[in-house]
Amino acid sequence: MLYAVDPAARRLGLVRGMAAAKAQALVPGLTLLPADPAADLEGLYRLALWALRHLSPVVALDPPDGLLIETSGADHLHGGEAAMLAFLVGRFAGAGVTARAAVAESRGAAHAAARFLESDKAVIAPGAVEALLKPLPLKALRLAPALVRDMRALGFERVCDIFHEPRAPLALRFGPEPGRRLDQALGRIGDPFDPVRPPDPVEARRLFGEPIGAAETIARYIARLVAALCPALERRGLGARRLDLLFRRVDSGFQAIRVGTATPVRDEKRLTRLLCEKIETVDPGFGIEEMILTATLAEPFVERQARSSLSGAVEADLSGLVDVLANRLGAGRLYRFAPVESDVPERAFMRVPPLAPGVEGGIHGAAPAWSGEWPRPARLLPRPERIETMALLPDHPPVWFSWRGVRRRIRAADGPERIFGEWWKRAAERAAVRDYFRIEDEAGERFWIFRSGNGEDPETGSHDWFLHGIFG
Amino acid sequence: MPEPVHRTVISELRERIGRLEGGQGAARGVLPFGVAEIDRVLPEGGLARGSLHEVTGGGNGAVDGAIAALFAAGIAARTAGPVLWCLTRRDLFAPALMQAGLSPDRLICVEAGDDKQLLACFEEGLRHGGLGAVIAEVAKLSMVASRRLQLAAESSGVIALAIRRFRRVAEAAAFGQPTAAVTRWRVSALPSAPLPVPGVGRARWRVELTRCRAGEGAVFEVEACDAKGRLSVPALLAGGPAAAQPAERRAAS
Repeated sequence: MLYAVDPAARRLGLVRGMAAAKAQALVPGLTLLPADPAADLEGLYRLALWALRHLSPVVALDPPDGLLIETSGADHLHGGEAAMLAFLVGRFAGAGVTARAAVAESRGAAHAAARFLESDKAVIAPGAVEALLKPLPLKALRLAPALVRDMRALGFERVCDIFHEPRAPLALRFGPEPGRRLDQALGRIGDPFDPVRPPDPVEARRLFGEPIGAAETIARYIARLVAALCPALERRGLGARRLDLLFRRVDSGFQAIRVGTATPVRDEKRLTRLLCEKIETVDPGFGIEEMILTATLAEPFVERQARSSLSGAVEADLSGLVDVLANRLGAGRLYRFAPVESDVPERAFMRVPPLAPGVEGGIHGAAPAWSGEWPRPARLLPRPERIETMALLPDHPPVWFSWRGVRRRIRAADGPERIFGEWWKRAAERAAVRDYFRIEDEAGERFWIFRSGNGEDPETGSHDWFLHGIFG
Repeated sequence: MPEPVHRTVISELRERIGRLEGGQGAARGVLPFGVAEIDRVLPEGGLARGSLHEVTGGGNGAVDGAIAALFAAGIAARTAGPVLWCLTRRDLFAPALMQAGLSPDRLICVEAGDDKQLLACFEEGLRHGGLGAVIAEVAKLSMVASRRLQLAAESSGVIALAIRRFRRVAEAAAFGQPTAAVTRWRVSALPSAPLPVPGVGRARWRVELTRCRAGEGAVFEVEACDAKGRLSVPALLAGGPAAAQPAERRAAS
């Protein structure tokens, strides 16, 4: 029997579940490989570990071909749900795995949306699950194939067929499964799953005889878990770069907190504070019966000389502040500018992590790229804005210009500063030229404008004028 | 001689008021501008450390915040230690800050999604204490929020600079509403220093001190920050030869 088919085989009319002999008869010379479900599961586990590192602290296997990722609280770090799915599918495609992904309120709905919708990156809005499910075939509800066949024999083809059926006769005829799966997909009843753990984790667990729920209690136990975790890290000579705190609730649901740090940390106070800041994102439901704290990412911890009264001024340690802010806003929101050797203003800087060492000398250790020869504007518009001007060609500054509906006379100007396109980056920039002028209007406001093109040769640019920055 | 007696009474009173206010202002000291005209107006001769200061631009500057950013960068450049810059819009151009004396090695930017997050970051940075200055570009600053920031700054002794950057020029009237800031500055562009040849000279600003706790407002005309973050008074406009500081001025380019 065919266990899986690739796109080429699908084009030839082969489908999953077809008998191997029939397939060979249809397509002479067909390449058949024996199925290896154990290796598939192993591969799925590796993907799950990757998702655990990069996406979310709660990841579970959905064999034979699915991953279940609890993304609440993790999506904003990737720029929203749609961006997160694009990242996920893109990264999988880069690794040679064709993936289909969906985000929905419940596990069942996401399962159905990922497998049965046209789009491979579906985001199902809250409340749209019912509309999503109704037109789908019954097997979208994670029902056993035999059961789907039986129901089909009695005329139940799609989810909408059983949606409004009375439950009792349905259960009598087909067992409790259809009703249960439907309720799970709609999020009416719980849908427990078992999250994967990294192999050989550094972790601390705590089981509660009596479920807990109050924020203060959670904070107290977080402190205890961190106190238990830090010695374990110390024994291995590691510091935590990322901590996942999982809460197992009495209804078997999982809630999770994930925090990251810029440098390896095993300071109890700091880790506790980072975790406690996120308590309000946890919904304890009817109570939490287990807390598991894992150092998902740990790196060798280098001991450093602490403050010494002999060594004069001590450089402030900013990693604590950076960690707090990065966990609140997302790591990409915190950066420092590093000079890049490029004359094109938009490319003259790079955003690098906030604790990157000395950036003034430029990224590649070259001479400082921002020499003070030419003044640069304090504000650089995200993209140059078109202005209307009157100027003499080829190299005079404009006499006046009008920007955002205000016309200004130019009192003084410096320039042109000619910046050539970087032909090694894009073919379109081979001949491109920008002539920058620093101008001052009659009120004293100073702007940075440029003309695309050198004023003579139409190949170098359109000769339109743009405003690119505002000086102080 | 009534004069000396008068002075001691006033300084005593100042001390008592200082103690009533929480009392650490005097111990923290001030950051002088290095320009005699401005420092003379400010109590204790400079910007108080461990307090909140507000800066905005005049006219369009209230929206683009370009001059205010340079003014704040110049102040931050003269402190020691890293500088945290909280912003919501991505149009800050670091090379210009370097030209105002704030090296990219010292600058850490944090990009908040909205004003609420931004104020939280601002406060967090102030409470840390290891920074030289914390700058935030904020549109709305209520009395309560500014009071929190002021207390946070007092607790660590770090200079807090709020760049008020409004969405529209019309909204800039909100700069008149009371906040807990110790000083408020409005900096606007003036025509640059005249040059003997065509070109743009060194930028000049009109710096208005619109509010100053325990002091009076004033208006100055200065030349923009040099590569060390220092302002200077143009020689022609200065009160006298003693006030001008030719050594610190650099040829206009």
